[in-house]
Amino acid sequence: MTATRQQVIGTGLAAAAAFFGLPAIATAADLEEAINTFTSGATTGEGGLTLIAPEIAENGNNVPVEVSAPGAEAIIILASGNPNPNVATFNFGPASGSRMASTRIRLAGAQDVIAIARMEDGSFIQASQSVRVTIGGCGG
Amino acid sequence: MVDNVTARVRVPREASAGEVVSIRTLINHPMESGQRRDDAGEIIPRSIIHRFTCDFNGTNVIDVTLEPSISTNPYLQFEAVVQESGTFQFTWYDDDGSVYEESADIAVS
Repeated sequence: MTATRQQVIGTGLAAAAAFFGLPAIATAADLEEAINTFTSGATTGEGGLTLIAPEIAENGNNVPVEVSAPGAEAIIILASGNPNPNVATFNFGPASGSRMASTRIRLAGAQDVIAIARMEDGSFIQASQSVRVTIGGCGG
Repeated sequence: MVDNVTARVRVPREASAGEVVSIRTLINHPMESGQRRDDAGEIIPRSIIHRFTCDFNGTNVIDVTLEPSISTNPYLQFEAVVQESGTFQFTWYDDDGSVYEESADIAVS
């Protein structure tokens, strides 16, 4: 039996993945669960939350991300394509000067970065930004 | 135990009352994600800083939960409002139970 071109490529990819021990990518269910844990299942609105992330990140090990949402009491950052979608949760205290925070995160590959803010009135707003990554940042 | 953990914080030396000041922190830490494998193919166990807090004169400014997706040498920038002179207290909590602390004074006029 002769292997087709597709079979050969497929096997090669699987072998490469096994060889490098690539981490499993979070499934849509994982992401949904992470969102539900934060929002307790509430629906999220839009607007009022600014998520600043680069459109193209050269190095997935170090991607600058900034979130800002006036009137928020907590903001969570999620990475839909990482092995574990949770990235960081910022809880703002009474001495907080503004509801913004900036950090640097790892991204395993091209994906959507999602931010959700819990507002003081208990509502939730969401923003997302698609980021392309040249070199992934989660092992492998 | 993670070696050579040094925290650096940048806080303005002085401010006027009610001013919003920008604070930047950086701490040296490998933030081992628990996803990587060593040369023998064994998973390197997770070892990260999982929580960071900043307080000003005992009042909380920000409380951050960090996950393995945070980069090596976690950098955080945020803002605080200062009404009177005092001290910012920064605390990082490591997975291995270590607690790293740093403080910075600000004079408010």
